[in-house]
Amino acid sequence: MNEHNQTDRKNIDDFFEKLSKETRLIGYYLNPDVEFTKALIGGLITNQKRYGYASCPCRLASGNKTEDLDIICPCDYRDQDIDEYGVCYCALYVSSAVFNGEKKAVSIPDRRMPAKERSAGNAQTHAGIISSLPYPIWRCKVCGYLCAREHPPEVCPICRAEKERFEIFV
Amino acid sequence: MKHIDGNERTKLSLYALSTCIWCKMTKKLLNDLGLGYDYVDMDNLDGEEKEKALEDLKRWNPKCSFPSLIINDEKCIVGYDEKKIKETIGL
Repeated sequence: MNEHNQTDRKNIDDFFEKLSKETRLIGYYLNPDVEFTKALIGGLITNQKRYGYASCPCRLASGNKTEDLDIICPCDYRDQDIDEYGVCYCALYVSSAVFNGEKKAVSIPDRRMPAKERSAGNAQTHAGIISSLPYPIWRCKVCGYLCAREHPPEVCPICRAEKERFEIFV
Repeated sequence: MKHIDGNERTKLSLYALSTCIWCKMTKKLLNDLGLGYDYVDMDNLDGEEKEKALEDLKRWNPKCSFPSLIINDEKCIVGYDEKKIKETIGL
């Protein structure tokens, strides 16, 4: 990663160490190709600096956080992509088979729909909400964790996604 | 678009992101093959320039995902696929 200076490299190394530890604790795997993974982390740091949020380095962000919530890393599509292809879209996160070298990480199609279709999909999700429960049920859009409480947790206890990534599920 | 000099046997236009690893790998592949190509890092564009580039890309790849490599103004290869890129260029 020749384009990075010393401070950048230190930031990338620190981010990498932190993410590696956290990821293993919660049952996810980072791409075992360290150079590849650090290049992606460099992209996340760049996006954090220029947009104020770490959106996917392999997708074009709009610069509007609300529009880009679904592609803030880890994105809403990660788990489905790991299930289907063994990697997330940028291949920062991989399945255990890819992590263990039994399967190769490849470039995969983007599951994210264009903006218009995304907003139509959201409207449908919320059309049939049942409000007779004593507590609303919140769903983490990143990992699918469900909890019944007045408000979603500050941070998802499963995947560490932030509060704003939760939606009302029932 | 910026131009990288090399063998100009095929017209190559690459829509990319500066932060994207698969875009970097596509550029490296074209460089290693010694091919000349045009490229644009869309995340480094702003305003009208970005809108215009997105409109151009949409004709080839409505999802506007990256990398998108346009070959001879005929075919668009989306994503990093070394085999497909080489085959389409005829290498």
